[in-house]
Amino acid sequence: MIPDIPLIRKDFPILDQKVNGKPLIYFDNAATSQRPVQVIDRCTDFSRLINGNIHRATHSMANKTTEAFEDARKTVRGYLNAAEAAEVIFTHGTTESINLVAHSFGEAFIAEGDEVIVTEMEHHANIVPWQMMCERREAKLKVLTFRDDGVLQLELLNQLINDRTRILAVTHLSNVLGTVNPIAEIIALAHTKNVPVLIDGAQGAPHFAIDVQKLDCDFYAFSGHKIYGPTGIGVLYGKRKWLDLMPPFLGGGEMIDRVTFQKTTYNEIPYKFEAGTPHYVGAIGLAAALKYLDNLDFPSLEHYEHELLREATTKLSSIEGLKIYGQAPQKGGVISFNIDGIHPFDLGTLLDQMGIAVRTGRLCADPVMDHYGVENMVRASFAFYNTFEEIELFYKALIRLKTMF
Amino acid sequence: MTIEEIQQQIIEDFSGFEDWMDKYGLLIELGNELAPIDAKYKVESNLIRGCQSRVWLHQEFTDGRIIFEAESDALIVKGLVALLLKIYSNRTPHEILTSEPRFIDEIGLRQHLSPTRSNGLLAMVKQMKLYALAYEKISQKNN
Repeated sequence: MIPDIPLIRKDFPILDQKVNGKPLIYFDNAATSQRPVQVIDRCTDFSRLINGNIHRATHSMANKTTEAFEDARKTVRGYLNAAEAAEVIFTHGTTESINLVAHSFGEAFIAEGDEVIVTEMEHHANIVPWQMMCERREAKLKVLTFRDDGVLQLELLNQLINDRTRILAVTHLSNVLGTVNPIAEIIALAHTKNVPVLIDGAQGAPHFAIDVQKLDCDFYAFSGHKIYGPTGIGVLYGKRKWLDLMPPFLGGGEMIDRVTFQKTTYNEIPYKFEAGTPHYVGAIGLAAALKYLDNLDFPSLEHYEHELLREATTKLSSIEGLKIYGQAPQKGGVISFNIDGIHPFDLGTLLDQMGIAVRTGRLCADPVMDHYGVENMVRASFAFYNTFEEIELFYKALIRLKTMF
Repeated sequence: MTIEEIQQQIIEDFSGFEDWMDKYGLLIELGNELAPIDAKYKVESNLIRGCQSRVWLHQEFTDGRIIFEAESDALIVKGLVALLLKIYSNRTPHEILTSEPRFIDEIGLRQHLSPTRSNGLLAMVKQMKLYALAYEKISQKNN
């Protein structure tokens, strides 16, 4: 099935506008994707008609909110094919999800001298929480490196894992290199050595159908705002066997069973990890986004995005002095690059004048910048609502801008 | 010329451009023309680190005036740095403290002074003012 992109674009009202007098070309989807009208309407309709604090009262408003929130959890469960809805925890986003695991898993299972493995291509959000935990527990952080083409050196993983390894955290899809990591293979290998695996799905979840049971991952984290949903909402999927044994991350309302000044007992999962009033409008909007995606034909969109990437890679590679970082055979819709003699900030500024939104800077991945010995990069990242015409305009814009330097 | 007169001149220089490309073209030209900062001043202690670009700022205080030297790794930022040096270098602390770089807003480049960490430019202006404040205090003490 060939996706009807013009029809899909109509669902995204924000795309139909001019920026600096030019039609908007939005190529910063890896940072934040745009929201379809189905998500926007669901959030505003909900806010207009229903609002009460969840799980806390007997009145109808609170009950309806609770119901919608728990329905959203069921939708996420279905989307991820989690074994049960209780394994779905709502957070502020991927960053909080990973912090939660680093903290609570660390408290429960990591002792002095233990080891945690991350990879060299991780976003800071999948490095720093582990680093903080390792400092606290006097544990050691080990790094699986990648080759210059952006492929993880899996052959080194075997020797990196030892009997002190407690957890491995790896991204599904690199936000800089675009590399799609063979996570099923990594999980299988780690499990042969009884090492649980956390997948940072911030970039992966928006582009691939996820089946956490089939993958057999122990944790999977993703964000609403990168999967066509609202900001400020995210998900942590975790296997019950781990979540049950992990202490709470934050203390407060909803996460408790009974509080006395002598001792507080905690609620069951998922509530144990949802202290305070959650962003329920966000959760409901996220569910609307996942339902929206469910109604599209995911495999054909995956294929279309791949074709966009291929076209962009071919075009950009033909520009003299342009270097693309990350050329893994398995790659998602992300192209990070530099053009000789042009600073990414300058390029980003001028592209914006032409209505083209790209990301520039260090991309929250200092170690990747260090790997290639560069200070910054320009990143174009695609979503299924982008078009081949936009890529052609982008290519022409780069050619034109090159003449200014 | 006073700071205000130079600002007025910059605004006039830029007001002739209809096309954004010409405006940025001039900034790039100014950036290219700016003499590089002496390598010995291009050090960590003079670095103003933005997420997107970096600015190095060096200063010396002679005869009651602050001489600034600065550079950026991004050319557009460097162009703006050149303009900031034009108005703020070789001035008394009092002059620096009593004027704002309003030309950036007037020539339609306000987004480059956004209070984010993005390009280090706003931090550079703040740093220049802090130097001016410090030297003003020192001068008052010595008098």
